[in-house]
Amino acid sequence: MVSALYGAVESGLIYAIMALGVYISFRILDFPDLTVDGSFVTGGAVASVMIVGGTYPIVATLAGAVAGLIAGLITGLLHTKGNINPLLAGILMMIALYSVNLRIMGQPNIPMLNETTLFTMLSSWWMNLNIDQLFMAPFEWLGMASFAPRTFYIIVSMIVIVLVVKKLLDFFLRTEAGITLRATGDNQSMVKSFSTNTNLYIMIGMGLSNALVALSGALVVQFNGFADVNLGVGMIIIGLASVIIGEVLFGKDKIIRMTLAVILGSIVYRAIYSLALRVDFLEASDMKLITAIIVISALVIPNSLEKSRAKREFKKSKQRAALNREQEGEVQHASAK
Amino acid sequence: MLQLNNIHKTFYPNTPDERRALDNVSQSLNPGDFVTIIGSNGAGKSTLLNILAGTLLPDEGDVWIDGQDVTAWPEEKRAKLIGRVFQNPLMGTAPGMTIEENMMISLGRTQRRSLFKGVTKKTRERFREHLSTLEIGLENRLNSKVGLLSGGERQALSLLMATFTEPKILLLDEHTAALDPSKESLIINLTKDLVEKHQLTTVMVTHQMEQAIDLGNRLWMMDEGNIIFEANEQAKKDLTVPDLLNEFEKVRGKRMANDRALLAK
Ligand SMILES: Nc1ncnc2c1ncn2[C@@H]1O[C@H](COP(=O)(O)OP(=O)(O)O)[C@@H](O)[C@H]1O
Ligand SMILES: [Mg+2]
Repeated sequence: MVSALYGAVESGLIYAIMALGVYISFRILDFPDLTVDGSFVTGGAVASVMIVGGTYPIVATLAGAVAGLIAGLITGLLHTKGNINPLLAGILMMIALYSVNLRIMGQPNIPMLNETTLFTMLSSWWMNLNIDQLFMAPFEWLGMASFAPRTFYIIVSMIVIVLVVKKLLDFFLRTEAGITLRATGDNQSMVKSFSTNTNLYIMIGMGLSNALVALSGALVVQFNGFADVNLGVGMIIIGLASVIIGEVLFGKDKIIRMTLAVILGSIVYRAIYSLALRVDFLEASDMKLITAIIVISALVIPNSLEKSRAKREFKKSKQRAALNREQEGEVQHASAK
Repeated sequence: MLQLNNIHKTFYPNTPDERRALDNVSQSLNPGDFVTIIGSNGAGKSTLLNILAGTLLPDEGDVWIDGQDVTAWPEEKRAKLIGRVFQNPLMGTAPGMTIEENMMISLGRTQRRSLFKGVTKKTRERFREHLSTLEIGLENRLNSKVGLLSGGERQALSLLMATFTEPKILLLDEHTAALDPSKESLIINLTKDLVEKHQLTTVMVTHQMEQAIDLGNRLWMMDEGNIIFEANEQAKKDLTVPDLLNEFEKVRGKRMANDRALLAK
């Protein structure tokens, strides 16, 4: 149980980078971008092919992110210059990327079990430091040594990576360019009216979003030890679920709070996932359905709550108006006498 | 400063829905001129402003601003020269961003955006200084979301954002029409102050004759795509509401006579 949750934190952190990308397109730019399903794999495909080819893992990982950046720029271009509606632009890119990803990989599946990946490098570095005992100490002290994970290197290194990404993103979103990007998603015609090329900012946002998604993909294939061309199916919904869970549970107006909320949302999503897998009648393949239900309820429930509240208010105000009319009637009646 | 030469604009030409919105309009404004425009619904006032701003292209004619032919300039490029406030207070600001961030966006007219720095102390001070001239306390709420402001406050902010970078031309299209009367007079006073402070060449559409007479040094009355009456600085000083009503009546009478003549045929 505890070790399952520990695994959830690990993968939650890795997928959090993807969720941050979805946050940029979906929430900041108000652009429901389906490119994600494709660009996630593109990141993984580029990284895995390069690693198998002997490239230094850090370089391969960053190259994966750059591939995602390019994919996002093209989606942005389709929408801004090609006047294609956002959903369709994303779907087209997702379909196109499926072929591109297969081309990059050359086969549907690339195993990397014996390769040097970012994680094997981190692992050996960590072992040399010999500090797992330090992390184990509290578990042993609590008499829960059996609950502790075998090693802490993944979680520690992922926390570092995710925090670096978050800090950089927070920084960018508060620069002049970042403010303009956010305002473009909020009120595009207003930004335009101050002589700003909003198309450029939409493209920057889409590029950045898919770069993060692909970076996450590049990390996931190294974490899993293989790349698969179908790895991205439903990724956009997982990203959305993380964003929405994060907003509902931890969301605040401030940007630095929102990015944190998205990261935590991704971890909570993975925790729900691993708990759901422990329910007897559910199977791994049901997870996409459960994810969809999470997103649907998160989209529908706040809306219908708001509606029923508005309805009640309306009824109340009608009653009040009727009451006022009656009273006025009485007053007039009295004065007429 | 601003020149309009033989502007024509027809919507849906050669169809049963054909609408002649502007019919050969020529006018010019000197630097610092402030013209108010009145006219019935559908007279073509907004169309004229849209053509000035580059949101619409004229079918014929050209637009000159500050000695440059801007007729073919896209809206974005022209926005460097033009500040604009719309009727709807929701249009001129970004609700999910703070007051400070909105002010930052309005700087786009004058400077390129940096990838490496946010709102600096110096810029913040400049914003605060300008906001304090509105005298509604926005300078103390730099980090409030604009969506939380009232319609009047949002419109005051829009007006400030459209003016403080000193555009060549300021366009105001019934920018007080959606506000309640107390807020309306606040915005009108701010308009007066800001236009005067920055010496802006201004075109303002209004549906209130008192406003049209009180503000500015020139007045145009529009009807059916034409400027049917205009008052220059001298004439405007003596202009009264009954005078304007009188002018309206004249046009309406002419139009009715025309209709009768058509029917008689
Ligand atoms: N985008 C448009 N498409 C079609 N017709 C329009 C459009 N904008 C304005 N019109 C028509 O042009 C005429 C002038 O409209 P407008 O300039 O909005 O008038 P005003 O602002 O003086 O009330 C009207 O007949 C209106 O119906
Ligand atoms: Mg109008």
